Amino acid sequence: MIRVILPAHLRRLASVDGEVRLEVTGPVSQRSVLDALEGRYPMLRGTIRDQDSQKRRAFIRFFACEEDLSHEAPDTPLPEAVASGTEPYLIVGAMAGG
Amino acid sequence: MSGVRVLVGTRKGAFVLTADGKRDQWKVSGPHFSGWEIYHLKGSPADPDRIYASQCSGWSGQVIQRSDDGGATFQPVGNQFSYDGTPGTHQWYDGTPHPWEFERVWHLEPSLDDPDTVYAGVEDAGLFKSADGGKSWQELPGLRGHGSGSSWQPGAGGMCLHTIILDPATPSRMYAAISAAGAFRSDDEGKTWRPVNRGLHSEGIPDEDAEVGHCVHRIAMHPSRPEVLYMQKHWDVMRTDDAGENWREISGNLPTDFGFPIDVHAHEPETIYVVPITSDSEHFPPDGRLRVYRSRTGGDEWEPLTSGLPQQNCYVNVYRDAMAVDSLDDCGIYFGTTGGQVYASADAGDNWAPIVRDLPAVLSVEVQTLP
Repeated sequence: MIRVILPAHLRRLASVDGEVRLEVTGPVSQRSVLDALEGRYPMLRGTIRDQDSQKRRAFIRFFACEEDLSHEAPDTPLPEAVASGTEPYLIVGAMAGG
Repeated sequence: MSGVRVLVGTRKGAFVLTADGKRDQWKVSGPHFSGWEIYHLKGSPADPDRIYASQCSGWSGQVIQRSDDGGATFQPVGNQFSYDGTPGTHQWYDGTPHPWEFERVWHLEPSLDDPDTVYAGVEDAGLFKSADGGKSWQELPGLRGHGSGSSWQPGAGGMCLHTIILDPATPSRMYAAISAAGAFRSDDEGKTWRPVNRGLHSEGIPDEDAEVGHCVHRIAMHPSRPEVLYMQKHWDVMRTDDAGENWREISGNLPTDFGFPIDVHAHEPETIYVVPITSDSEHFPPDGRLRVYRSRTGGDEWEPLTSGLPQQNCYVNVYRDAMAVDSLDDCGIYFGTTGGQVYASADAGDNWAPIVRDLPAVLSVEVQTLP
């Protein structure tokens, strides 16, 4: 079970409260987690990564285990603590509000 | 009793303002989509319960929302806007080629007769269509691809397609306007397009009479006379009587002919409204006095409308999509400001009162006249 924490504006868009818990089959990477997230919540497509290029949107960041994973390759395995559900995978709006 | 529903898009959410036909007591609902920029909401002429909304943010890009119950609730629909084929380039501010990149939807124009069909004007300038209630979007590539697209440049607000007008008398005819490219017309349901800018003069471009490159801010039409269009350009208020083939200036005695919105009285095709703004660098009313100007002669002769509007220390702007008219017997006029006020007049502009005073900056105002 993967635990995902969304920023407030995406929790409202997806109509979810608190953490999202996802089952991910196969290797646990940022790509597989985001695929599973968008599969469960189609309204999030395009709001975290571009729908055509699949690149992370510029003002979205990915954190886990107190590390910034935003610049990691999408298929790099996530830390074991995330894969096991001990630690959450955080999707964060960058400090660029207005 | 008949009534109105005013749809207000702001920098931080959407608001729905409703009143009966007297338009003196208002109910305010919102914010919907709190925290997101709502560039535009518009109801379907064929089904007033169907409303489309353009929602976006710097963090998470574009979302399209749809209501099937008159704005009480909304559901996200499709938000994939992919340009047709290889997008190519347009000119950047410095004149260099810049790849076409989707940024946001500025304007949603529902079909006149099918609630599931809606057009979207986007930045970077392009025109998209959905025939399934907003679930999927396809570009009408004939506009970007008609030949001049590679020379289009953005205005200060981005290279946006902000105006879409559907001709009620000739369903195959539609218009689009782009900052800063100009006005375009299609006579085959959006398949092919050509510029319709003859008569426009813009000092900010090397060839003042160029076929494209004009910063058109807004175009308005009265449905009973679709061959007549009124335009607020960057500078100059313009008019055409032949569906855009030729334009002439009608700025007349306006205190300044810079501005953004322009609209037409619901029952008087020669009665039009603008909000003069001081200049391209001073986006506020002249002398700190918020005045709507009305012409009852189709332009050239204008009168200021001030009753109920602030006449001192007012330095707000009114954006291009932030004015609308209802179609009640006594035509109502509405506009919103960057200061968060939405003003209404229930007597064609003679007297004004704020519906709300303290919303986030208003990006768009539309009104639905309800049975």
